[in-house]
Amino acid sequence: MSVWLVMILCGVLTFGLRLSFIAAEGRVRFPRWFRVLLPFVPVATLTALIVPELLLANGVLWLSWQNARLMAGIVAISIAALTRSVLWTLVGGFATLALWSGLIR
Amino acid sequence: MSRSATQEFWAGVRALAPLLVGVAPFGMIYGVLALANGLTPAAALAMSSILFAGSAQFLFCQLVGVGAPATVIVAEVGLLNLRHALYSAALAPRLTHLPRRWKLVLAYLLTDEAFAAISQREADGQPAGPDRHWFYLGAGLALWGGWQLSTAVGVLLGARLPSDWPLDFALPLTFIAIVVPLIRDRAMVLAAVVAGGVALLAVGLPFKLGLLAAALAGMAAGWWAVDKAR
Repeated sequence: MSVWLVMILCGVLTFGLRLSFIAAEGRVRFPRWFRVLLPFVPVATLTALIVPELLLANGVLWLSWQNARLMAGIVAISIAALTRSVLWTLVGGFATLALWSGLIR
Repeated sequence: MSRSATQEFWAGVRALAPLLVGVAPFGMIYGVLALANGLTPAAALAMSSILFAGSAQFLFCQLVGVGAPATVIVAEVGLLNLRHALYSAALAPRLTHLPRRWKLVLAYLLTDEAFAAISQREADGQPAGPDRHWFYLGAGLALWGGWQLSTAVGVLLGARLPSDWPLDFALPLTFIAIVVPLIRDRAMVLAAVVAGGVALLAVGLPFKLGLLAAALAGMAAGWWAVDKAR
């Protein structure tokens, strides 16, 4: 199958997910288990993307203070928890990565 | 007094602006990654409009690069983007009064970043006037423009971007900025810990299926915690 066709399928699917509740509001009742599950979807999927980026180097676990990405991640998580500011989280994370990479070199 | 449509629109743009610090490198590295995995520049650019979802575009390129079957690609992108159904559910009650064309446009523009900006709008204490949807449009369009521009820069510069710039770190950082404020109770902590743990354990699975397993395990853990507490 061509890349374009797969891309369009993915795009239609994604648009459908984004439109789902907006279009169905007031018309469809969703089952309880579904409404319970839904709030966990962003946290579960995004954390599954974040954790390997911080803890794996070339597919191998790297738990060490020399792992600059892990250190920058910890700083970013702390800033996000304390300030809830997107800007400071991003700036603090990038700055820590740059400083830490420089320090341990 | 509630804000006018113009004020709401620009408030939306301003609420989204800080996220562009992460979106710009994220978009550039996507452009580089797309070409490196064999996509044509036209396909790489079109995907930013057709899919318009950074993490899913990353995943799509990586799966094309390893020759994953079409069914696997569609299933994984679908699961990864399932969270947009939550954003849709959260936004839906505020859009009921709008004409269909507004609903279609705002649904298309509904991303992690736009949702994060919208959540801030809900918390900022400003009265919710009849023109609040202009805020959503402002935030959505600001992200759309920033994403198209930065992915285009990535596609144009391609391999000429210095490879020692850690642009890819924008992906986990942006998601940290979005996820951490969402974690407010123990069930959320459990969902995050389980998803992260399974993501590490299952990293060896082919076609990035570990991501799928981790996301499902995290959702199940959260659901279990809520069910047990009831």
